Amino acid sequence: MARLIEKTPCEALLPVTCGALSLREVVGDRITSVAPFRGQATKLAAALKKLGLSWPEPNSANAKNGASIVWTGRDQAFLIGADPDSLAGHAALTDQSDGWARIRLEGPGAADVLARLVPVDLRGFEPGQALRSQLGHMMMVLTAPAPGAFEIMVFRSMATTAVHELHHAMKAFAARSAV
Amino acid sequence: MRITCPLCGTRDRREFYYYGDAVYADRPAGGAAPAAWDDYLHLRDNPAGETRDLWYHEAGCSAWIEVTRNTVTHAILSTRLVAERGGTDGAAPKPRTKGKSA
Ligand SMILES: [Zn+2]
Repeated sequence: MARLIEKTPCEALLPVTCGALSLREVVGDRITSVAPFRGQATKLAAALKKLGLSWPEPNSANAKNGASIVWTGRDQAFLIGADPDSLAGHAALTDQSDGWARIRLEGPGAADVLARLVPVDLRGFEPGQALRSQLGHMMMVLTAPAPGAFEIMVFRSMATTAVHELHHAMKAFAARSAV
Repeated sequence: MRITCPLCGTRDRREFYYYGDAVYADRPAGGAAPAAWDDYLHLRDNPAGETRDLWYHEAGCSAWIEVTRNTVTHAILSTRLVAERGGTDGAAPKPRTKGKSA
């Protein structure tokens, strides 16, 4: 039988630092895509409430006790760090845990680093907000786990490129700041 | 050029993929006359002025959007989700304003 080696998406790539900026991988949480069935919004809301969460409006996220739910598109959200079983019957649930690389960027100037890669003004982006946009040419889910910190989610297959582009932007920002 | 996604808000044009005239969303019913299919497949207005077309928020939320814009001024006049415009699956489409010349 094949011996499979478990690796994280950014294994051997992260962490990296650049001045006061740091880039590290976030691992271990279960990720489930939640797409509500028609007419099930009320029951889904009740099931989420038991997890301390609520269905996110577009461009928002909410969290409680290590679990979070992030808006990711029309009638779709990602439940992160929680068991989705209690939502069964109210929404289509799809395990996405191994499909995404999650990368946390933080430190002074983090928004300026992302300004080089993301076509959205992220000054003032704060916990509770979520958005879908691009990181370079990669589709991205972006949240703010803490003030001044960003969590970037890209497809796992894009992990190396995402780390490369982010690290490059961090170095360029640091070099420019030193002038 | 910036387009307002009804869900995400105002975004750069690079996040969107252009599909074509919004008439693509008004597919004739199954038993429609050949002339209706001919119109649907091949005949398009080419207005100098207001027009409507379909855009896909490809690098954003993945929603299909109907954009009303002006081909002369490049102004984006309004946007709405294709899911909310009606007219799909052979259902009666909402009236479509023909392009006006400027
Ligand atoms: Zn959108």
